[in-house]
Amino acid sequence: MKLTIDNKIIEVPKGTTLFKAARELGIEIPTLCYMELHDLNIENKPAGCRICVVEVQGRRNLAPSCATNCENGMVVKTHSTRVLNARRTVMEFILSDHPKECLICPKSGSCDLQNMAIRLGIREIPGTEIAKMSTYRKDTSPSIIRDLDKCIMCRRCETMCNDVQTVGALSAINRGFMAVVSPAFEQNLEHSTCTYCGQCVAVCPTGALTEVDHTPDILRALADPTKTVIVQTAPAVRAALGEEFGMEPGTLVTGKMVAALRVLGFKYVFDTDFAADLTIMEEGSEFLDRLSRHLKGDESAKLPILTSCCPGWVNFFESYFPDLKDIPSTAKSPQQMFGAIAKTYFAEKIGIGRKDLVVVSIMPCLAKKYECQREEFSTDGNRDVDYSISTRELAAFIKQANIDLNNLESEEFDSPMGESTGAGVIFGNTGGVIEAAVRTAYELNTGKKLEKVDFMELRGLEGVREATIDFNGTPIRIGIAHGLGNARKLLNDVRAGKSKFHAIEIMACPGGCIGGGGQPLHHGNSDIIKARAAAIYREDKKKILRKSHENPFIIKLYKEFLGKPNSEKAHHLLHTHYFDKKKKFIVKQ
Amino acid sequence: MEEIKMVKYRKQILVCSGAGCDSRHSEEILDNLKLELEALALENDIQVIKTGCFGLCGLGPVVKIMPDDIIYTKVTPEDAVEIISEHIVKGKKIERLVYKDPLTQKLVSASSEMASFKKQLRIVLRNCGIIDPESIGEAIARDAYLALGKVLKEMKPVDVIKLIQDSGLRGRGGAGFPTGLKWKLAFENKSDEKYVVCNADEGDPGAFMDRSVLEGDPHSVLEAMAICGYCIGSSRGLIYIRAEYPLAVARLITAIKQARDIGLLGNDIFGSGFNFDIEIKYGAGAFVCGEETALIHSMEGLRGEPTVKPPFPVESGFRGKPTNVNNVETFACISPIILKGASWFSSIGTEKSKGTKVFALAGKINNVGLIEVPMGTTLREVIFEIGGGIQYGKKFKAVQTGGPSGGCLTEKHLDTPIDFDNLVAAGSMMGSGGMIVMDEDDCMVSISKYYLDFTMDESCGKCSPCRIGNTRLHELLEHICKGNGTMADLDRLRNMSLVIKDTALCGLGQSSPNPVLSTLENFMDEYVAHVVDKKCPAGKCRDLMQYFIISDNCVGCTACARVCPVNAITGERKEPHLINPSICIKCGACIEKCKFDAIIIK
Repeated sequence: MKLTIDNKIIEVPKGTTLFKAARELGIEIPTLCYMELHDLNIENKPAGCRICVVEVQGRRNLAPSCATNCENGMVVKTHSTRVLNARRTVMEFILSDHPKECLICPKSGSCDLQNMAIRLGIREIPGTEIAKMSTYRKDTSPSIIRDLDKCIMCRRCETMCNDVQTVGALSAINRGFMAVVSPAFEQNLEHSTCTYCGQCVAVCPTGALTEVDHTPDILRALADPTKTVIVQTAPAVRAALGEEFGMEPGTLVTGKMVAALRVLGFKYVFDTDFAADLTIMEEGSEFLDRLSRHLKGDESAKLPILTSCCPGWVNFFESYFPDLKDIPSTAKSPQQMFGAIAKTYFAEKIGIGRKDLVVVSIMPCLAKKYECQREEFSTDGNRDVDYSISTRELAAFIKQANIDLNNLESEEFDSPMGESTGAGVIFGNTGGVIEAAVRTAYELNTGKKLEKVDFMELRGLEGVREATIDFNGTPIRIGIAHGLGNARKLLNDVRAGKSKFHAIEIMACPGGCIGGGGQPLHHGNSDIIKARAAAIYREDKKKILRKSHENPFIIKLYKEFLGKPNSEKAHHLLHTHYFDKKKKFIVKQ
Repeated sequence: MEEIKMVKYRKQILVCSGAGCDSRHSEEILDNLKLELEALALENDIQVIKTGCFGLCGLGPVVKIMPDDIIYTKVTPEDAVEIISEHIVKGKKIERLVYKDPLTQKLVSASSEMASFKKQLRIVLRNCGIIDPESIGEAIARDAYLALGKVLKEMKPVDVIKLIQDSGLRGRGGAGFPTGLKWKLAFENKSDEKYVVCNADEGDPGAFMDRSVLEGDPHSVLEAMAICGYCIGSSRGLIYIRAEYPLAVARLITAIKQARDIGLLGNDIFGSGFNFDIEIKYGAGAFVCGEETALIHSMEGLRGEPTVKPPFPVESGFRGKPTNVNNVETFACISPIILKGASWFSSIGTEKSKGTKVFALAGKINNVGLIEVPMGTTLREVIFEIGGGIQYGKKFKAVQTGGPSGGCLTEKHLDTPIDFDNLVAAGSMMGSGGMIVMDEDDCMVSISKYYLDFTMDESCGKCSPCRIGNTRLHELLEHICKGNGTMADLDRLRNMSLVIKDTALCGLGQSSPNPVLSTLENFMDEYVAHVVDKKCPAGKCRDLMQYFIISDNCVGCTACARVCPVNAITGERKEPHLINPSICIKCGACIEKCKFDAIIIK
């Protein structure tokens, strides 16, 4: 297809949109709703915002460039007077129905709408004095706040929730001026099938969907002299936090992050990677146990085993596959294992009661907020993990405390719960949990030492992947899915009894935790997610110890406190059970 | 199965059971006529038939006696006895029930004499008001399914498609896309499954041509859908109809069952090996679902909102399969074209718009109802001859064609021959064929506000210009009607309208500003009166009206002051009174009470 865009001639393959062809020419056509995460195979193209319209010679009306394919001989103008006037007028329409409270909006500074208003040079919004606004009830759930007055109907959240995640909690309701994206019947998010994966928040261009901010609670705890406040940081956080401080995507800021957390006043700065190693011990042992029983013909040993570290994923199967709730590993997630050990073993070690120990987690995730609030993760009303905040909240917290992350000297995690292996680090990437599990399970099962710990066949961004690992003559078939829509495909096979896998790793978010709902916003650029993934593998490579069972502090923990993996005590502290959410949530209006 | 018997009757009484007449108890008239005939033992002599719409909706209920060709209008159930005793038994015409021509004031009893029928050419409505829509036998007697038989037995799909292309038939849903070409594209897109969809989601306020066809002659649509299925290679038909059309739905269900019973739908139709069956899909009444992609989403159980074309439904439609969507009226044209030939059809109409078009005449016009005229008939002929002119001898002001998003045309457009292209050139559109007539008492600013009220409400909300822009237009019009507008607002009104048209996703938003743009174009003086003089020339905008007492006429009777609910009127007994405009709420109670014409509105 040969065409002219803004007097420049370009040749593109059939099926290329005007938007992409223009981009190849270096013409960045503005848009609010269009979003493409190329490597993850995600596209949102409702052609609804009408900001990206362009003039095509011979066409009656303006064409949405995101949804119009190039044709031979087209003559396109992306900034004629007609286009600029239309774009500005449409932008004025959108702004006329948007609250003007940018100063106090949680999205301020990273809002696509605000940036567009700056880019288009909007200085006034005509007719504001007579313009009514569409307003809605604000809805707060354990993880996510919906402030739909700020919704611009870009439908990105809907695409993530329905097409990518197949959760189906969000869809357009009402019509005309009051049309908005919401759970069916305008229920609270809490009463919907929402998994709190946060992918809607990750793509929302405005402040319509944001996380519940728990930093004030943490500030209060830090200020309380009777409390010992400790913190754990998830692996994916260190690979993304730097972005919030102007660093290149993929910059690892582990040491600076530790230093910043100390400055913020946390008494002990620990690492969730330690708990990830612990998870591998428990989950890996559970897998080997089920596998050996299964191979011996024990029908009660169900396979495949499914990983259970991702709370979004746990919420998903509790809503959609409650019949399969005895298939996932019973191992708690690393966040909760950390909490359970901190409030018992560690509290004992430093000689304080669990109520005086406040455990904070820094997570790339919004579902973790909900997870730590689950009743089964509390003892006498005291949570194992008191507060969970996202990478974004931590960044804001650091900025509020006048800390210049860029110029901080790196520091080390505290001992003992700050010590981890490379296996714990790669939990942040899709395929990482199962790779870590294979490193340990292989050695424990075969008694042989692994020659090569990098399992390249388990890595990548393909939505559903599979690999067969030879366990000393026994082929172990492994499935991997990231994104709940991909998970659903594997789950449907399991339900139908057609699954060929022995073990399946599932991460709710596309890319795994590095693409989590609590991470710095990617603004539709999937290169950012790839750069974070590479950083995680770099961190793994740097480690001397790369197998969980070699972590000397894990060995010590079992020796001093837990006994063996899957022991009674380990079971009590480190394992959980699942619910049928359909029964648990009875909607009350 | 319906028994088809041939009985010779002396006279036939046709009773309209279209929705308009039905709502005025035509069913009861029918029962009373039958009872009376039975009482006189005339039931084997005189046949009473329930028919579809005659088109004389403003005059209903309508009863027609054949072969006398006499039409009685505004018949009540009580009139049934008289019709039998006077007309049937004594052969005397009942003058009281005869239609009076509003222009000549003459009584016209024969339908062939009625001005409204004289200029009409009924192709789509060929059987409406003539056959019993619940009898497949009567439909067959009027050549229903003859074209289907001919097509299946004698023609190849490509030949039929060629014939439809040659006829020049264009889609009657509004956009006027060539029907034959659509069929050809659907035929050429290869797929294991294809669908024929009948768009019966008639949503324009005041338009009811599709409903009348489905209520009055459902088989004409079923037959054409089967023909289309044969042409494009589909065995499944779907009719998308709004659930608010219960009578049309009931008659469709009956018709589909009858056709299945005698093998005109189902497997191996006419022994040709061709299979075709039809299913009804119900819509919830959203206007936007008349847009074909939105319609398809709605049928799939999704939110009824449009998506960008291409892909067109003929490439990827219902369930991702090639789908041919045609409007009811389009389908109703098919059989006559096949039976009478392409050149017959293309000889009717204008150069680029062939055949006839059904219009729903409404508003300030004498003959409210349904008419069918050849394309190329002028607006003047439709309004002043067929429509019988403006009610109460008032002055014609404008006619809005094309439904709520059409434009308002004026005196200067009256001699425009109606066709797809002329109406667009004049700043309006054909739409589905609504035609609403306005007289000198209508305020054009309020009229455009009224239409926006509708389109604003019916926008799906998907694209920003339609979702927000239409609301902003409506607000600004309201602002102007309240007397708060400025000349700059008129510029803004025009700019917003043009941008919405230029940027909206689907036909709804691309046309919703038409009433504003066409009234700005044709009635600028009225807008100026609203914003500069703060007056509404038609006296419709309440905020721009003021009540005055003419001192010379006022006798000081105090009646107005006593009736005023807000005590805005003061004055001594036997002295001229005064109205305080800052208190007056313009309720009009004083005017009604005043016996001396002393109160006026300015």
